[in-house]
Amino acid sequence: MSTIKITVTRYNPETSSEPFTQSYTIPYKEDMVVLDALNYIKNHVDGTLTHRWSCRMGVCGSCGMMVNGDAKLTCATFLRDYYPGEVQVDPLAHFPVIRDLVIDMSDFMDKLLEIKPWIIRSEEKPLEEGEYLQSPDELNLYKQFSMCINCMICYSACPVYGHDQSFLGPAAIALAHRYNMDSRDEGQDQRAEIIGSHEGIWECTFVGECTRVCPEHVDPAAAIQRSKVQLTKEYFLSWMWPWGN
Amino acid sequence: MPISLPMPEEMSHDILIVGGGAAGLRAAIAAAEVDANLDIAVVSKVYPMRSHTVSAEGGAAAVLREDDSLELHGFDTVRGSDFLADQDVVETFIEKAPEELIQLEHWGCPWSRDSNGRISVRAFGGMSVKRTVYASDKTGFHMLHALFQTSLKYTQIRRYDEWFVSSLLIEDGKCVGVTALDLETGQLHSIVAKAVLLCTGGGGQIFPFTTNASIKSADGMALAYRAGAALKDMEFVQYHPTGLPGTGILITEASRGEGGHLLNKEGERFLERYIPGKMEMGPRDILSRAIMTEMNEGRAFEGEYGGYVHLDLTHLGEKTIDEKLPFVRKLVVKYVGIDPVHEPIPVRPVVHYMMGGVSTDINGNTSIPGLLAAGEVACLTLNGANRLGSNSLTECLVFGALSGREGARYALEQQPVSQNAVRSLADKEQKRIAKQFLEKESGKERVASLQEEMHLTMEKGCGVYRTGEGLQDSCTTLGKLRERFADVAIDDRGRIFNTDLRGALELEFMLEVAECIAHSALAREESRGAQSRLDFPERSDEKFLHHQLAYATPEGPRFEQQPVTITRWPPEERKY
Repeated sequence: MSTIKITVTRYNPETSSEPFTQSYTIPYKEDMVVLDALNYIKNHVDGTLTHRWSCRMGVCGSCGMMVNGDAKLTCATFLRDYYPGEVQVDPLAHFPVIRDLVIDMSDFMDKLLEIKPWIIRSEEKPLEEGEYLQSPDELNLYKQFSMCINCMICYSACPVYGHDQSFLGPAAIALAHRYNMDSRDEGQDQRAEIIGSHEGIWECTFVGECTRVCPEHVDPAAAIQRSKVQLTKEYFLSWMWPWGN
Repeated sequence: MPISLPMPEEMSHDILIVGGGAAGLRAAIAAAEVDANLDIAVVSKVYPMRSHTVSAEGGAAAVLREDDSLELHGFDTVRGSDFLADQDVVETFIEKAPEELIQLEHWGCPWSRDSNGRISVRAFGGMSVKRTVYASDKTGFHMLHALFQTSLKYTQIRRYDEWFVSSLLIEDGKCVGVTALDLETGQLHSIVAKAVLLCTGGGGQIFPFTTNASIKSADGMALAYRAGAALKDMEFVQYHPTGLPGTGILITEASRGEGGHLLNKEGERFLERYIPGKMEMGPRDILSRAIMTEMNEGRAFEGEYGGYVHLDLTHLGEKTIDEKLPFVRKLVVKYVGIDPVHEPIPVRPVVHYMMGGVSTDINGNTSIPGLLAAGEVACLTLNGANRLGSNSLTECLVFGALSGREGARYALEQQPVSQNAVRSLADKEQKRIAKQFLEKESGKERVASLQEEMHLTMEKGCGVYRTGEGLQDSCTTLGKLRERFADVAIDDRGRIFNTDLRGALELEFMLEVAECIAHSALAREESRGAQSRLDFPERSDEKFLHHQLAYATPEGPRFEQQPVTITRWPPEERKY
């Protein structure tokens, strides 16, 4: 039977102040993903190994971790891409660790709230009047930015966030952009304050790592760039025509 | 060395919702809109956007088009249910469905659109016209995120993310809160509330091969059952016809709705022999049986994970697949290693949904005052013996909203719950968890091994085709597994984020619900909808046109019967 060596960075604040690594050699099959390996260890070898997971089909966003140094969804990362080499699993970079592979994502949850990720309108249409019409082209303007699964992989790859956690970060900005671009929404001004603030888009140095690592092919870098252009345009317009245009 | 749990702390709300999926979040918003002063809690064992609603692909049904009618949606649902749905529930459902989907649209859900800007609809199994609204093939994902993001604007909704509910607090016959384990700290808390609404979804993890996420462990069903509420129609477990062998990943029914074909190893569209009137657009119970029969009779392919048939989309072309089924393409490329644009997809029936659940009335009330349920965890009953695809997302919205409002109204009439009243109950629960798991010195059973044995017996005895003998075996085995569970020892005795403990508590829930499923199936000596008894191959309206209510007793479930409510659609032969 083929085997593969999995090395996991572990941390339990109850028993040790420092992280340590632990290696497990487990049976290998070609169709196993990294998450399967972790579950095998958890179920059959060491029940104290701690990680998050749920859907095992790349849509719930729970199982982001560092695999041999790259931020990945472990349910969508195959062991065969590393075999017969070893696999090293670490918690997502740039986040505090609660235990083993479980990161603390409360910072993102707070940021989510700040960008007001809901439809804002001065007047709501009554339900009896039916849907807001939205053409497929209008839908496509924001659709890709609505695909974010909040897996935190982009934060883990973003050097700006790694350096300064006050940065709003790729997923939150992409989501703000998603609502700003939605033909049903009128909340752009309300979001401009946070998006245009010091912690918002201006901190981004356009490294583009967020877009490269995104498992859903959301393009947060583009969302940030377009927001910059938009806010700059509005700034100059308001300067040239302070009474509005 | 084992670490003791600290003394529980208490928190208090007007209405407490367990679960943050589509039903739970819809209920929370509905309750918030009843009265802005209501204090609402959503307790979820995962961050709400991780909830299993996220995995729903195909769509949500409602009558939104001129070529459709409520009558037709109602009849399709009742016929799909094999005439076991309560028709007053069906009528409420079809009437409220359109406004709920429009509401989601107003909340920003990116529904797919026609060229004129209207919400698009697609075909789904057992539906006689196109009425399934969708967001490409990630409908559940988009609905969940739209609901979650919208819920953020209601500051009166307090969330307990990654808190695991371990028991319901029942005082003087009323439900007055829950005990919940804060996973991050490992502390057990009692949270009191005037009303508790269960929105915890189903329990696919009771079976080995399922589309359900790892978190679907029938928690809410077990919580209610233990507290004395009835579980209804638990024998009806839906197999979705098309899951990927091995992983069980769902390949949406929309693949067939958009024109995909099912083929056996002879390249034959075998449904011609089972349901020629509907073919691939037949309901799930009939299609799953057809595939199993092809497998049993040697006309299926054989692979590493057993028999399978082909779902062929190649004739749809790359453009349609990318536009309508991009997630299917991505999943198949990733997990099977083939491209459905060029090659057929291997599929087989897979456990997907539980028609049964906590018995409730049309507003979500259970038999315990102050305890409500909505979504898959509940059984109203809308789905009867077989649910139609795309009715369940809508069910979460319609009945999530209704029961959220009902819970809110009930809560407004209640006096605040005394913290002292639950103190002894919470202490007892804390001691139970300590004694049974965290501080236990003996024990030789492993959670994962017992779970595997449960899986084996459920697949063998309670699968697509059932016999009295097989079900009896499952009942016996499950009884023994429950006894052996008393001897479980977990590896992890720590407090912080103890997923080993969570897994043990989930398995305990699942074993109780599994036993209820097996006994319910054994008691129903007929074939109806998803229950197919080889020893009783016919439907028997004379003996079994009723719901089975199961109550927990130390000797196993005790059954009561409840008549089916029939309003407009008298039972007839189920023909397609």
